[in-house]
Amino acid sequence: MSIEHRDDTGARFGMWLFLYTEVILFSGLFILYAMALAKYPQEFAEASHKLNIYFGTINTIVLLTSSLTIALAITAIQRNKIKQTLTLCIVTIVLAIVFLINKYFEWSAEISHGIYPGSNHMAELGPGITAFFNLYYFTAGLHGVHILIGGTLIGVVAAMVAKGKVTSDRYTLLENSALYWHLVDLVWIFLFPLYYLIL
Amino acid sequence: MTKIALKNTGFYSESPRSGILGWLLSTDHKRIGIMYLFCIVTMFLVAVCLGLALRLELIAPGPTIMGPQTYNATFTVHGIIMIFLVIIPSIPAAFGNLVLPIQIGARDVSFPKLNLLSWYCYIIGAVLAVIAIFSGGGAPDTGWTFYVPFSTQTTTNVNMAVTGALMLGFSSMLTGINFVTTIHRLRAEGMGWGRLPIFIWTLYSTAWIQVLATPMLGITLILIVLERVFGAGLFDAARGGDPILYQHLFWIYSHPAVYIMILPGMGVISEIIPTFSRKPLFGYWAMAISSLAIAFAGSLVWAHHMYASGMSDFAILIFSFLTFIVAIPSAIKIFNWVSTLYKGSIQLAPPMLHALAFIFNFAIGGLGGLALGAAASDIHLHDTTFVVGHFHYTMFGGTGFAFFAALHYWLPKFTGRMYSHKPAVIAWALLFVGFNVTYMAMQAVGIQGMPRRYYDYLPEFQTLNVVATVGSWVLAVGLIMMFVNLWNGIRKGTPVGKNPWGSATLEWSIPSPPPLENFGEKDPVVTKGPYDYKGVIADEY
Amino acid sequence: MAEHQHEPVPYKTFILIWVVLLVLTVVTIAVSRIQLDALNIWVALAIASIKSSLVVFIFMHLRQESKLFKIGLVTLLVIVAIFIGLTFTDVLYR
Ligand code: HEM
Ligand SMILES: [Cu+2]
Repeated sequence: MSIEHRDDTGARFGMWLFLYTEVILFSGLFILYAMALAKYPQEFAEASHKLNIYFGTINTIVLLTSSLTIALAITAIQRNKIKQTLTLCIVTIVLAIVFLINKYFEWSAEISHGIYPGSNHMAELGPGITAFFNLYYFTAGLHGVHILIGGTLIGVVAAMVAKGKVTSDRYTLLENSALYWHLVDLVWIFLFPLYYLIL
Repeated sequence: MTKIALKNTGFYSESPRSGILGWLLSTDHKRIGIMYLFCIVTMFLVAVCLGLALRLELIAPGPTIMGPQTYNATFTVHGIIMIFLVIIPSIPAAFGNLVLPIQIGARDVSFPKLNLLSWYCYIIGAVLAVIAIFSGGGAPDTGWTFYVPFSTQTTTNVNMAVTGALMLGFSSMLTGINFVTTIHRLRAEGMGWGRLPIFIWTLYSTAWIQVLATPMLGITLILIVLERVFGAGLFDAARGGDPILYQHLFWIYSHPAVYIMILPGMGVISEIIPTFSRKPLFGYWAMAISSLAIAFAGSLVWAHHMYASGMSDFAILIFSFLTFIVAIPSAIKIFNWVSTLYKGSIQLAPPMLHALAFIFNFAIGGLGGLALGAAASDIHLHDTTFVVGHFHYTMFGGTGFAFFAALHYWLPKFTGRMYSHKPAVIAWALLFVGFNVTYMAMQAVGIQGMPRRYYDYLPEFQTLNVVATVGSWVLAVGLIMMFVNLWNGIRKGTPVGKNPWGSATLEWSIPSPPPLENFGEKDPVVTKGPYDYKGVIADEY
Repeated sequence: MAEHQHEPVPYKTFILIWVVLLVLTVVTIAVSRIQLDALNIWVALAIASIKSSLVVFIFMHLRQESKLFKIGLVTLLVIVAIFIGLTFTDVLYR
């Protein structure tokens, strides 16, 4: 009864619209950041020094690489190289996990120094530094949640590739989850210099 | 025409599943639309009862039927339900779903499953909002705006109410994504941009706002919950935060949201006015472009809600100026409706009466908005019942009446039955009079200085408050009469043909109620504009 | 139903872009170690914008999409700029 309707471009456009909503979601936090930075430039530089630039840099490289692998996965599936596609998806997921583990160590170190939202130590550091770390934790935390969602999504689609439900002439799902993953990368591209690199 | 049970006609009779699951798991845009409609009307009636209770409390100074805490909770819940569960989804989610695909000649929306998911988000949000009233530390008492610092400190059940609002935002956003994509991708052959009914243009503009503004509400609400859980001090000035920034974030969404509320209403009116004037809409492109312009300009003016908050004078200047710009496209619309009426052969059927009431009420609300947009007068009027009167004029007198107009206009299409006109007209008159008495009195007493959100007031305000409360009873009678009449119409009204009103848009070219997938075997090909009434004849009923 | 699909982007292109992105990361770190006062943040934002355009246009295939996608993106950026810019009219002038 139902007439099969397929619109890959429409599906991609819908995904882009969804990404817009994600950008606005993060932009709320970036607005708070911009206003606080304008108010407390010195304190922000000081606080930024307390973040570990090595963790930040490694995670930047990890995410950029994962963005590459998932982009390559699209080319692979377009060329009908299913095995390559799967490998690339799995590498992406592994990189996502590496990112989260890295984040775990970074955060545990900071928390052990008494730096976390609402801590007593933060109260002693003064309003500017508190504002920095509050925003840092909430932004990076929200970003971490997106890593989790994106990784899961890619895992599900990879399973569908393996089962032959996503194929070389029907791969919009893979494309859309890749788009989502790139967005996660984009957010980090801004988050990294704004939090780790201000002097 | 012979009478057949509703469930044996049109899309009601065609479903892969039977019974209630045929509804709950259906991805048919019409079924989803009907489900939205049902939930929205239910929630509306609940919140109306709360509103009447508020009015009753205000009939005399001092506690009459409730104390301060109950009053605070009541206006908060009334506001949350009316805004997030009724007005925002009212026209876009209910009538947008019912009408949009048909008006552009499509069989469904672009993402039917997402559409159903969006309905479930709505339901989850509604359930959470209702549970929040009865659980935790009591019903939220922050006002629907959840302003900090109170919202991060009160012991009432703000967390759950906020989570509910978050789900409702998600629902609205998904609907927006769906509609933008649908309008771009699924227009029938011949349905160029210049042939889209204005209702579609307004839904399109609305959908963009839903996509680009709603996430800001999302992050704001998330931050409130995080703040309540962690106590980080994000909005606490002593800890580097800024309470005014909360208001910025909140209104960056909530001002555009008032256009989510009003634009689709304007779209409905733009369909009804030409139909019942038997004249093409005056200034089609002005109407289409002004919809987009309103949507865009709506993103520029949010801080006019904050003149009294302590933000900078420079910002007050800028936002006051920008606010006046939005008045232009809104005024264009009013002028065009009136010009459409001019020398038309006007037929005062119930939908038309509601549409005319819309123009009247919205003009008053809009002009009141200018008084509030001008910083100087707003400092005096801010947080008085003038504001409450103003937004009821736009949201209730505007969108609410547009919703009633849409009910009277499209229900015959989607049920195949016509309600009786005489009670509909009487109900309309009661609504119109009751509405204006209630809120004009509230505006007047607001100008005298009565603050909003208080259960009590000075004795000199009593006369006008009594007038407002009596008005609200007339309003209530009108509402009961209208809904009873519509319900009777659905159950035992006379069957109608394809086109009882003689309208020229596509939905009137298919049976009432429409079949599943709307257009049968062949996709429609559009050859004329939406307001081209040449050769269109209204069916007898 | 025949569907318009993109030409596959060669592996080489993607890898090249990846290398550029890594180089830009190094640049942004290096620049951040030089004291430029307020300019630092603008340079960082500029580099981040270049990096994100590369991701958006190449990795996310925006280059191959129709005009509609690009107009949508511009709309988004304009709106974000308005949100941030107009908020500054308050915070900077208090
Ligand atoms: C019979 C119908 C209605 C009555 C009698 C009514 C009455 C009231 C009253 C008395 C207040 C509180 C004034 C105060 O003390 O501040 C109020 C607030 C409010 N109403 Fe209504 N109302 C009705 C319908 C509506 C509709 C249709 C909407 C929305 C479209 C609406 C939206 C609101 C909102 C947003 C508030 C503000 C809540 C807050 O302060 O947080 N109301 N209403
Ligand atoms: Cu506003």
